[in-house]
Amino acid sequence: MSGRVLVGVKRVIDYAVKIRVKPDNTGVVTDGVKHSMNPFCEIAVEEAVKLKEKKLIKEVVAVSCGPQQSQETIRTALAMGADRGIHVDVSGKDYENLGPLQVSKILAALAKQEDAQLILLGKQAIDDDCNQTGQMTAALLDWPQGTFASEVSLEGDKINLVREIDGGLEHIKINTPAVITADLRLNTPRYATLPNIMKAKKKKIVTVKPADLGVDVTSRLEVLKVEEPPQRQAGRV
Amino acid sequence: SFTKQRALDMHNPVTISKKACFVLQAEVFPYPEIGNDEVEEIKQLVAPVEKFFSDDVDSAKIDREATIPLETLQGLKDLGLFGIMIPEEYGGLGLSHTIYARLNEIIALDGSIAVTLAAHQAIGLKGILIAGNEAQKKKYLPKLASGEHIAAFCLTEPGSGSDAASIQTRATLSEDGKHYLINGSKIWISNGGMADIMTVFARTEVEVDGVKKDKISAFIVERAFGGIASGKPEDKLGIRGSNTCELSFDNVPVPVENVIGEIGGGFKIAMNILNSGRFSMGSSCAGMIKKLIELTSEYAATRKQFNKSLSEFGMIQEKFAMMALNAFVMESMAYLTAGMMDRPGVPDCSLEAAMVKVFSSEGGWICVSEALQVLGGLGYTKNYPFERFVRDCRILPIFEGTNEILRMYITLTGMQYAGKILTGKIKEMKKGNIGLAIGMVSKKLRTSLGASVDLGLTGKDGVVHPSLEDSAKKLEQNVSLFGSTVESLLYRYGKTIVDEQLVLKRVADVLIHMYAMTAVLSRASRSISIGLRNHDHEVLLANTFCNDAFFKNNYWMVQLQKHSPENNDANIKKIAKQVLENRAYICSHPLERTY
Repeated sequence: MSGRVLVGVKRVIDYAVKIRVKPDNTGVVTDGVKHSMNPFCEIAVEEAVKLKEKKLIKEVVAVSCGPQQSQETIRTALAMGADRGIHVDVSGKDYENLGPLQVSKILAALAKQEDAQLILLGKQAIDDDCNQTGQMTAALLDWPQGTFASEVSLEGDKINLVREIDGGLEHIKINTPAVITADLRLNTPRYATLPNIMKAKKKKIVTVKPADLGVDVTSRLEVLKVEEPPQRQAGRV
Repeated sequence: SFTKQRALDMHNPVTISKKACFVLQAEVFPYPEIGNDEVEEIKQLVAPVEKFFSDDVDSAKIDREATIPLETLQGLKDLGLFGIMIPEEYGGLGLSHTIYARLNEIIALDGSIAVTLAAHQAIGLKGILIAGNEAQKKKYLPKLASGEHIAAFCLTEPGSGSDAASIQTRATLSEDGKHYLINGSKIWISNGGMADIMTVFARTEVEVDGVKKDKISAFIVERAFGGIASGKPEDKLGIRGSNTCELSFDNVPVPVENVIGEIGGGFKIAMNILNSGRFSMGSSCAGMIKKLIELTSEYAATRKQFNKSLSEFGMIQEKFAMMALNAFVMESMAYLTAGMMDRPGVPDCSLEAAMVKVFSSEGGWICVSEALQVLGGLGYTKNYPFERFVRDCRILPIFEGTNEILRMYITLTGMQYAGKILTGKIKEMKKGNIGLAIGMVSKKLRTSLGASVDLGLTGKDGVVHPSLEDSAKKLEQNVSLFGSTVESLLYRYGKTIVDEQLVLKRVADVLIHMYAMTAVLSRASRSISIGLRNHDHEVLLANTFCNDAFFKNNYWMVQLQKHSPENNDANIKKIAKQVLENRAYICSHPLERTY
């Protein structure tokens, strides 16, 4: 077992920002808008770092797919305790059309390349709410998956998981290597302290292109229109 | 120098000082810029601090209970905020003045935390940083950087506030020459109740050329030395979570190794410490005002009266413009000053820092008050944070050097240069031909102070962008008039000018506004040249501020002219004299009769 964990981190518009639709209805305004790491990805990073601190795994590799700015998100993961980063460079139109299918192909390729024992992801991203990447990645790799995890414990080469499902909590045991997606109550992510941010500057981030991994990022989906939800009418008391 | 400064990327700096603005530093154009790496780094550093302050700092609770919870304090320590400018080799973050100023925009959102951190690192441990020897730094800085030890700055005494040189606390050398024994008391000491390491200023006997003199020295004093008692925490109007108390020193033994710098050199160290801490008030106030704009505009946009939202009324709109203008000027001044301080060679920016402090403290006070006004009755209640911001801000014009003292400092330092030129010529005058001497002085001063009204700001090779040209011309005019105003004041009063506070106050205000104008012109020029987002708005702000400042400056300078009818000073002094003599308002009551 390599003892290596891949953690996917996505750069999204910050949860506190008031989203506005672009005047041409092709998407939302991202220019000059505050971005940060997807909150569920933060939980995934925290879990990975915790596992490393318990000495159950050896190395945490943070991965992000996107333009140059995605490196900031990787740096945050490094400041939280990840060991090194891989930036998969996707920009322009390719980035606008990037979705779970392409990302899961990229993650699958990286998992093989890095000989990963575990892939930790957030359950979904707060911008598109797809909730697909973890599941697709596991399928592509033909690995077991533990999604909506609220508790994770390693037992030898198996993983005990508690999943949050509509009916309550489900306890499962899966083999490794596996894909786990983090749900809200899995943990409380630590702050990237300023001293750790400074230390993280020495950690390495490698940039690769999807083509280097043999992945075609052409999208099968076309966004036709983006509009605001209808204005809420005043209620009556 | 005491911090590892990053070299700044300066392109052909324009020297203003020699040609005209004799009080301003060289190289205010172009606006200081930091490298791409540093910009990225700042974004990284700011994110967790913002998150901490929005999620884990309960300012209302801190104010209500007049204490910062231990978990919050620990969180601040873990984030690394106790050693922002301490070099990395001593366990700190080793960050520049610029980044320190940036972080203070966020820290200022809670006044008590801001003062606690500033008392610790901007002044409490600064002495060790700028004047301490290697042994002292190695011994004390690491624990101070981590926050394991907290520092305090102990200068003020019951009888010595603004007049710091008059302190009475005494340090006497022991028989064996190995210790100083400190006796005395200090008041208004921030962090006094919890500090482990204190920078204490006391009088010591020194021998200068065989003559025994009493000079102030600076000491690193550990609470662990024994003999130190803290009084109960002061019950304050604002910054209630910050611990402020009296400290008494009873034969506290301090090893001679703990003297900072030279024996007898303490006053200078104290002034250097205080001067170096001031600049960040600009960014602190700007950060706070920006937050207030968000909170207040939310209300103004939704609250309706007379079937219109508040934001449609002129007097409300004016308040928002005023807040935006103030934030813009404060940011511009603060980062211009920080950028200059970060330049290698440690230039003395104490004058600029003082100007930033005066402008920001008073502007901040007005802005929080107007923000509260927008919310009306709601703003007056404790259900909203506005009243706390008002109470927390009231200390700003008082501490870190009262604004009255700082105005004196600004003016007198500023006029030193002009004074030097005149002194030589006064001797000539005494010899005889007064008319000729005056003429010579005028001419010399006028030339050196740029009466030709050309600072190199405008025109073909000007450093200011064309859309700011009018404002730059106004600055040039102000500078020119200022030069001749100062010249005539010095001639009129001579050395006694130091006692003419009402005159000096106006000179200081003009200087402050001229520095502010310079800062906004420099910043806006850069924003246009590099195409920053919303630079048009910056041009609007810059031109609006300069227009306003131009007229204010002219008015003040008109008041300073000889026999100016706009000047009420003589009467003001008369009124004050009569009131103070009687220690009361002396008019007969309007309802009284004499028959």
